[in-house]
Amino acid sequence: MIRINGEKVNADGKNISAILADMGYSEKRVAVELNEHIVPKVKYDETVVCDGDNLEFVHFVGGG
Amino acid sequence: MSIPTKEEIYNTLAERHGAELQKRLSESSVAVCGIGGLGSNIAISLARAGVGKIHIIDFDKVDISNINRQQYFMEQIGQYKTDALYDTLKKISLYCNVQTDCIRLMESNIPDILKDDDIICESFDDADSKAELVNCVLEKMPEKYIVSASGMAGLYSANAIKTRRITDKFYICGDGKSDVADGMGLVSSRVMVCAGHQAHMIIKIINKDFEV
Repeated sequence: MIRINGEKVNADGKNISAILADMGYSEKRVAVELNEHIVPKVKYDETVVCDGDNLEFVHFVGGG
Repeated sequence: MSIPTKEEIYNTLAERHGAELQKRLSESSVAVCGIGGLGSNIAISLARAGVGKIHIIDFDKVDISNINRQQYFMEQIGQYKTDALYDTLKKISLYCNVQTDCIRLMESNIPDILKDDDIICESFDDADSKAELVNCVLEKMPEKYIVSASGMAGLYSANAIKTRRITDKFYICGDGKSDVADGMGLVSSRVMVCAGHQAHMIIKIINKDFEV
């Protein structure tokens, strides 16, 4: 199990691109933090999460 | 009343903020990226507080549709926002070093344009541009602080707008969900609440107080 934005989710072995797609997030509108480090966009495909990881998605909506 | 001297205004601010905070504010440099509803309010707060250098960046001109929430005057419609806000900031704080860049920020120019600023404020309106700036700063300029915003549209509760600390250098303000694309537009009061959160967090960071 991993944690995504504080909630336990069974996503072990998936890459970040797949998790974002599953959750309906656009890659162009997020910042991704894995275990308190920012994941560069070019590494979303190759970064695979495993048991105990803490993932945080920051989602940007329009307006300012 | 004549315009105060640099020393008079500095001492007056220091009396209110404390000598140590005022010294830190006067030595700080903040880039405000996007000077619409969020950024124009943020820049004004920072100028009033006595931030030494404010770097305002926007490519747009003042439009009639901005008057509902952005800190521009009717007579400024048609001017570049950087020119219009420069004039306003100088009226508030003649001795503030206001730098302007009338340009569209993108991944290719962000590192160069923002290289001399300590704290980066993301105050765009477009979601893709917000994410592009935040990711670029976090990836390529890890020494900078960035204070961003997401979710302040509509007439929902002002209390839903919060400041969150994501990493030691990355803060985000807003309710995280109320999207201008969902229908209700941007209302001056709620945009100002979010701008207030951002400006306040920036001032706290300048004071080396990193808790939200």
